Amino acid sequence: MNVELRDPNIIMKLSRLGSFHQSRLSFLRSFLNEFKDWDYRRDLFDLDKDGFGTAVYSFKKKDRIYSLICYANKINDDERSDRVIATKWDAAFTLHDGVPLKEDIERLRNEVPKQEVGRLSYKELTLSRANKSVRVFDHVVESLSNGLQPNLDLLEKVGYLYRTTAVYGSGKFGLADRFRIKNREEINGPFRLEMMLVYLVRQFTFDQVNHVAKNRNPKSAVKLDPKICRNLGIGNSTGLGMAPFIVNHPTLLNNWILSREVALKKIREIKIAETQDISLFQECVKNSLKNITSWNTENEYQLKKIKLLLKDVRKFIHFLENEFDFKKDYPFNEIYLWLEKETCEECIEYIVSIMMEPFGEIVQPLISQMSSEEEKYFNIPTERNVEDLKKILENKYSDILKIDFNKKDSNQKFWFISKNKEEPRLANRFEESGADLEQPLAIARDIKKLYERLLSLKNNLKINQFLIDNSDLRHVVRRAFIIENFPYSEIQDNTIGENIVPIDMLRLKLSFFGALKFDPRSDKWLRICMFQGAPLPNELKDYDEQWVYKTFS
Amino acid sequence: MKSLSEIETTVKRASRAAGYSWGIAEEVGKSIRLSELFGFPGIKHLNQYYQNKKKKNFDDIKLIDKINKSKGLSFCPITLGVNFIDQVKNIETLTKFSVEKLAYPLLLLPFLSRGSEIIGKKLLFSFDDSKFLLNFNVSISSNFWNKEIPVLANQVEISFLNNEDNFSNQDWKNLYKLAEDTFVEETDSLKEGAAGAGLTDND
Repeated sequence: MNVELRDPNIIMKLSRLGSFHQSRLSFLRSFLNEFKDWDYRRDLFDLDKDGFGTAVYSFKKKDRIYSLICYANKINDDERSDRVIATKWDAAFTLHDGVPLKEDIERLRNEVPKQEVGRLSYKELTLSRANKSVRVFDHVVESLSNGLQPNLDLLEKVGYLYRTTAVYGSGKFGLADRFRIKNREEINGPFRLEMMLVYLVRQFTFDQVNHVAKNRNPKSAVKLDPKICRNLGIGNSTGLGMAPFIVNHPTLLNNWILSREVALKKIREIKIAETQDISLFQECVKNSLKNITSWNTENEYQLKKIKLLLKDVRKFIHFLENEFDFKKDYPFNEIYLWLEKETCEECIEYIVSIMMEPFGEIVQPLISQMSSEEEKYFNIPTERNVEDLKKILENKYSDILKIDFNKKDSNQKFWFISKNKEEPRLANRFEESGADLEQPLAIARDIKKLYERLLSLKNNLKINQFLIDNSDLRHVVRRAFIIENFPYSEIQDNTIGENIVPIDMLRLKLSFFGALKFDPRSDKWLRICMFQGAPLPNELKDYDEQWVYKTFS
Repeated sequence: MKSLSEIETTVKRASRAAGYSWGIAEEVGKSIRLSELFGFPGIKHLNQYYQNKKKKNFDDIKLIDKINKSKGLSFCPITLGVNFIDQVKNIETLTKFSVEKLAYPLLLLPFLSRGSEIIGKKLLFSFDDSKFLLNFNVSISSNFWNKEIPVLANQVEISFLNNEDNFSNQDWKNLYKLAEDTFVEETDSLKEGAAGAGLTDND
């Protein structure tokens, strides 16, 4: 049986993309898989009694070494902010390529804590900072120093000791450009070094909390139970900065989504499911209920989604246990069709993610296809003609061409870069000034404009002639020729409409990172947790791949 | 040191602010990144050009011809560069073309380099005493290393070079003969068992 790939016109809608969940394809999981047989070490741990100072952690295999350098600093409570406008953080980190020399550590001590206003070098690969969850950190120190393990209810509510507010890579602030490292086998997957940084930061938070507790009360302090550590991740506050990324990297976006779609197609094409695969799938679905019930948020939009998800997952479990027969041919296809008919978008994508769990042999080869050599697709095939371009637009943007951009509602927002922090922002074009400096992220509007302009032209007019007098639409001409070969490269929605929910764009990206427990704090930023439940570095050589569904919090 | 990623992003934004469309700004970002990667002072010249552009008008070459004459103003290297990328498949039949009075010729260089890759031919870019050989966007050879590149080229010539060896037949023969010294003479019995042995040519 040949199952068709799902229609981009459905999958690439923002509400669907904003319902995606982590899976075996997610970058933090593929990072753990890639680095599981590397040697992990804590090379330096030079903190004072209050936990301030420097630490270095590394992963090593043969001649390759990656070192995380951590700088923990004292800051006042009133200086601590998760917002991008902050200038001080509890700790700052960089991932260094190789073993840092003393001079490197000293050089970076002056730069890394400054983050965006510091300068890194080509020897550094990623950069980040993080703030303590003071409530949790202080409680854990207090408990451990008194010889007690911390209150699990409190830890469950928060899920981490520290949260990062940005993780930078790929040439930002002088960091190494991707071209310098892209041929390394171990980073043949997107954001792998960003994931390494976050993972090692997580270990630093445990070591730091143990160190402070021990110094506070050397005689009676105990260490944080490794089981509790495992169930803590690293938090992250994410704002709109992430949203333009998925618009600005169309072939990369395609490769992420296509990998997911190919995995689903192949799983649906399995004629007879093996008993152990069925059991693992069912076990993960059931265990995952804990992930939903422990998903804390006060955001009404997300609460509704979680409520509906929980209801539909329970309905699905009931269906599996009482109505479904795994002995029938193509059982996962049957399941998928049932989900489409009976459950919400959030539940469909949730179960699609879990379907991948038993099928490492399908998923694993796809992971190496999730990067993109974007340069290869940059040039516009200008020898093509207007007829070709019109057909592409009609076939690939059919819903977008139906949007009426003369309506105020369809045209209400605009994306711009804030002068204060050089970060993307979204504003109402009829209420705020600056729309003349709009970023090229209104793809739907510009595609529609392109189509309308093409309608009056001769079909055989070459694109190179069209571009001479229509350079204002050059950016979307490029995209149209990209989507011709990359069907999942474009969000099939209006990114400037009145009803846009920008966190859908963030969730899409964060789901591919492997984030859990999306907690929107508004429609423009959210908190998440990464690596919660993940094995600790010293457990990597032999760990349970389905750890995501085995957290107790 | 600025990373190439920083260079591309800043050039793109600056180009938009200088009045180009986002699509053109993307092209300029890619090209200046390339220029800096190859070791040419793209940022310096772009900066000078954009400062100059505020005070002075430049002319655009839209459709590139065999001879592109100026009507007084010097030509914009960016418009020419973008149109070159777009039209390169049409104009390679010209074998060569010339441009009179090109402002900031260095800014055209990365566009030509990209064009060389698109059509799979080397290009020779020459003006005044300067020569640049563009090798399929893999490298650029020049007799201008570390010299100040002029901000105006009075007469520019761009030639599309045929794909030919740049060594003599005799050089090749000599080298090939030497390479043959790594081969081993095959015995008759080994020849009989080699691929295709035992079949007739007409089966």
